[in-house]
Amino acid sequence: MTRPFLLVAVAVAFLLSLALPYGSFATLQARDPALAWDLLAQLRLPRAMLALTYGAALGACGAAVQTIFANPLASPDLTGTTSGAALGAVIAAYLLEFASPFAMSLGSVGGAMAALGLLLLLAGPRAETTTLLLAGLAISALAGALTTLALALAPSPFAFYDAYDWLMGSLVDRSLGQSLFALVPTLACIALLLSQVRPLDSLALGEQSAQAIGYDIRRLRLLVIATTAIAVGACVAVCGAIGFIGLVAPIFARRLTGGRPGSAILPAALIGGLLLLSADLIVRLAPLGRTLPIGVATAVLGAPFFLWLVSRMRWKLGR
Amino acid sequence: MSALVVARNLAMPGRLQDISLEFAAGQLVGLIGPNGGGKTSLLQTLAGIPPASGVVIIAGECARSLAPNLRQRLFTFLPASRDVAWPLSARDFIELALPPEADWSPLVNRFELSGVVDRRMDQLSTGERTRVMIARALAPDPILLLLDEPIANLDPYWQLVILDELRDRARTGGRTIIMAIHDLRAALGWSDRLLLMAGCRLVADANPPGLQATGIIEEIFRVDPNLSAIRPADRQSSP
Repeated sequence: MTRPFLLVAVAVAFLLSLALPYGSFATLQARDPALAWDLLAQLRLPRAMLALTYGAALGACGAAVQTIFANPLASPDLTGTTSGAALGAVIAAYLLEFASPFAMSLGSVGGAMAALGLLLLLAGPRAETTTLLLAGLAISALAGALTTLALALAPSPFAFYDAYDWLMGSLVDRSLGQSLFALVPTLACIALLLSQVRPLDSLALGEQSAQAIGYDIRRLRLLVIATTAIAVGACVAVCGAIGFIGLVAPIFARRLTGGRPGSAILPAALIGGLLLLSADLIVRLAPLGRTLPIGVATAVLGAPFFLWLVSRMRWKLGR
Repeated sequence: MSALVVARNLAMPGRLQDISLEFAAGQLVGLIGPNGGGKTSLLQTLAGIPPASGVVIIAGECARSLAPNLRQRLFTFLPASRDVAWPLSARDFIELALPPEADWSPLVNRFELSGVVDRRMDQLSTGERTRVMIARALAPDPILLLLDEPIANLDPYWQLVILDELRDRARTGGRTIIMAIHDLRAALGWSDRLLLMAGCRLVADANPPGLQATGIIEEIFRVDPNLSAIRPADRQSSP
C-alpha cells in the first residue's frame, strides 16, 4: 500500500521537477519549440535525474550504514565517506582545474575509498560500533580540515569560488553525460544493497544472532561500506556534498517497515529521492532572486530535525 | 549410545583453548563458571560466531555449512545481551528470519505473550524482552539450543517456567540444551550435566552430585558449601 504511494509521489515530484517553473517553459515553447525541448532535455532532465539519483543513493546507503552500525544516527557523513569524497574531488579539481568531470569522479570515489581504508586501518575489520563511529568522526574532521586548507591555497579567486560553490552542493548545469556518471554506479550499488536485505534485516536480532543464523556479518559490513563509498563518491563528484538526507530518509522509511532495517533500503531510496527532488523544487521556486545551493537548503531543513531527533533520543534513554 | 552433538577442537583466539565435547540427546547441560571463565566464549564457539574455529556436528550434519533456514532446525543461539537496536514489534522480532514451517503459536500461551507480541521490543521490560528472545530461540524447535543466561533478569516464577520448558524439551523432545547460568542452585537443581569453565578452560565435566562431591565448586567460586557465603579464607579483611 505504502510503496505504490511512494512510487507515485516520486513520479509526481519528478514530473513537477521537469515542468516547473511552467510559465517560462510555456512562453519559450510558444516562440521556439525546439529550444524549449532542448531546455527540457539538457537542463531540467539531468537536474531531476541527479536529484532523484543522489537522493536515492543517500537514502539507501544511509539505511544500510545505520543497519550495520545498529545506530539510527549513523549516515554516510558519519563514516567520513562524504568528507573523504569531497576532499578527493577538490584535490582532483585543483590538479586538473575542473577540466574533467571524469577526473573529479575518480578523485571523489578515490577519496571515499581512502576514507574507508583509513577507517578500516583505524578501527579494524571487526571493530566495535563505537570505535567505527569515532574513527569516522575523526576522518570527517581531518578531511574537512584538509578541504579547507585546499580552499585556502586556491590558485585564484575563481577557483576558490568554483570549488566553494560546488562544495555546498548543487544540481545546476550538469550535463546528461555527467548525470550518467552518478546514475550508473549508484543504481548498481543500490541493486547490490537490495540483494542483502535479508541478512541486513537479520541484524535486528542482534549481530551475534545474525551470525549464528549463518550470515557473514563481517563480509556484509565491508560490502555496505564499499558500496556506500562508490555510490556516495560518484554523486559527490558530480553534485558536491549534500547532507542530512542519508540520516532522515531511513528514519522515515523504517516507519513503513515496522522497524525492519534492511527492508527499509528500498523505501529509504524512494524517500531520499523524493526529499531531494522536493528540496530542489523549493530552491528553484523560492523567490530569492538568486538560486540557493541545494546543500544549504537540505542542511537548513535537516539540522533542526537532527537536533530534535537527538533530544528525543536523549529523553528516551533517560540520560 | 552415540552422541547427538559432537564438537571437535573448539577454540577462540585469546578466549577459549582447545576443547572437544560430546552431548547426548535429552541432556540439559548447565554451563557454570566465574565471570570471565569462558562460558560465553564456549557458547559462541559452538554457535560458530567469528572468530570461532573447530567443527560442530549435529545429528550427523555439519551445521555451519547449511543455509539459515536449515541451520536453525539444527541449532539456535540466545545471546546474553537483551538490547535491541530497532523498534520491531515482538511478533516481527520472533518471525524475523524464522524458517517458514516454524510454528510458535504454542509459545504464546506457554510464555503468556498474548499481551506482549504487538508491543514494540524497545518498550518492553527487560524480563518481557527476555521471554520474547527465548521464544525466538525456541521457535524453530532446534535439535541443539545454546542459551546464554536464559533466566537472568527473570522473576522466580518465570525462571521456573523457562527451566521447566527447557527440561521438558530435553526429556520428552530429546533435544540437547546447553545453558550458561550464574545461579548455582538452579544449575545444580535442574541440570543433567554440568560443565565448569574457569580461565578459558574446561575445568570439570560431571553430573551435579558428582561435581558437588569433588568440592571444586567451592574452590573455583570461593563460596562455602551452602553457596550462601564467601569462604572465610577469601573474605576481604577490613583494616
